Amino acid sequence: MDIEAKVKEIIMDKLGVEESQITPEASFTNDLGADSLDIVELVMGFESAFDISIPDEDAEKISTVGDAIKYLKEKVS
Amino acid sequence: MQKRRVVITGMGAVTPIGNNIKDSWEGLISGKNGACKITKFDTTEFATQFACELKNFDPADFIDKKELRRMDSYTHYALASAAMALEDSELDLSKLNREMAGVVFGSGIGGIWTFEEQHSAFVNGGPKRVSPFFVPMMIPDIAAGYISIKYGLKGPNYATVSACATSSHAIADAFILIQRGSANLIFTGGSEAPITPMSIAGFNSARAISTWNDRYMEASRPFDKDRNGFVMGEGGGVLVLEELEHALARGAKIYAEIVGVGLTGDAYHITAPAPNGEGAARAMKEALRDADVEPEEVDYINAHGTSTELNDLNETKAIKSVFGEHAYKLSISSTKSMTGHLLGAAGAVEAIATILAIKNSTIPPTINLEVPDPECDLNYTPKKAINREIKYAISNTFGFGGHNASLLFKKFEG
Repeated sequence: MDIEAKVKEIIMDKLGVEESQITPEASFTNDLGADSLDIVELVMGFESAFDISIPDEDAEKISTVGDAIKYLKEKVS
Repeated sequence: MQKRRVVITGMGAVTPIGNNIKDSWEGLISGKNGACKITKFDTTEFATQFACELKNFDPADFIDKKELRRMDSYTHYALASAAMALEDSELDLSKLNREMAGVVFGSGIGGIWTFEEQHSAFVNGGPKRVSPFFVPMMIPDIAAGYISIKYGLKGPNYATVSACATSSHAIADAFILIQRGSANLIFTGGSEAPITPMSIAGFNSARAISTWNDRYMEASRPFDKDRNGFVMGEGGGVLVLEELEHALARGAKIYAEIVGVGLTGDAYHITAPAPNGEGAARAMKEALRDADVEPEEVDYINAHGTSTELNDLNETKAIKSVFGEHAYKLSISSTKSMTGHLLGAAGAVEAIATILAIKNSTIPPTINLEVPDPECDLNYTPKKAINREIKYAISNTFGFGGHNASLLFKKFEG
């Protein structure tokens, strides 16, 4: 599975942003307009897509697109 | 002290017979029928397989795509109606005292589709599968919140809930708040999206809705001897209520004036109306008293007229007890024969119908009224709209729980 492509797809879907905005450095809250509820939904989207469980303490550390891809690559492999 | 006067300066609606005010009104006076087979879910197992759904409504015409996924349909209908009402009112938001502009907007049920969908997610995947948007999507006050957020309206902000009388209570509260000086202008009304599996199943179990699947276009037939339950509808309506001087100062067009409200409780039964429509009668009397209007001055009643055995009979008795001989001179109609029953949105959509009837001197008909129940012997404007000058008109709504609300509107005469 192409994790990076899947992550981008989920972000586009949940946050309603364009693919071009989704750079590794992009912050979910500062750059992609997510509020606290959006973040919860995004994390649930990752959990569901990759069939994993993401503890709250891990979720709190995911603040950029790059963080999410890195975390999910480690978690899924 | 003289009470502040309140007028209607803007209206918007999405109904099963039109996705705006113009189409809905043309539908009402031409006897358009909003019934259709339910398309929202598989009805194979259901006793009732039809309703009055909206046709070709696209929330994306009014709401940002990302936002709209976080709202239940009932909120889509609210925001669409509010956007059209704002446009219709020609209000300049940049010149408005936002702290004196409020939103009182209700829904009888709220986001029941959302509730069902999220409950399924919970049953299938456990508590962690419940969306963080579940609660804000479901609660019946969120539409009021969204309208205020979208337009920056910082005055009184809340929802009313009284089943099928919900949006009449909202309009009544808006009227009272403006009268007493708590706001100059209020977006009011209600919306409902009740065509869902649990909702249809529940109303079927309560034996409240028609099961005429083979004759669904004839099923909503208020006051007819063969009536056999109401037909579920969906949609929303927003009215801009405005203090008269405020409206005149900005040169607003004025549809009509709201001059009285009558709010009563049956204190009788959870679903059945009080015998002889006692609570309904007091609501109409109270609306007349509130405005100091004599029963003989009323020309039109937009009836609650649900097409249920109990409502139509008791409402008829109530009208007779309030109006005496004049009851037979009134024009009465139930627009639910065309729109179906929009539950918490019924009061708003029917207030709009009543106001447009006054404005256009035209009484919308009660379609499907073939042979009246012998005990329903008033003039219900069967089948065809008629022309009639209207000075005062009443809109009635009565809800499960014994909540009765009558609104009294008057032709605007300056």
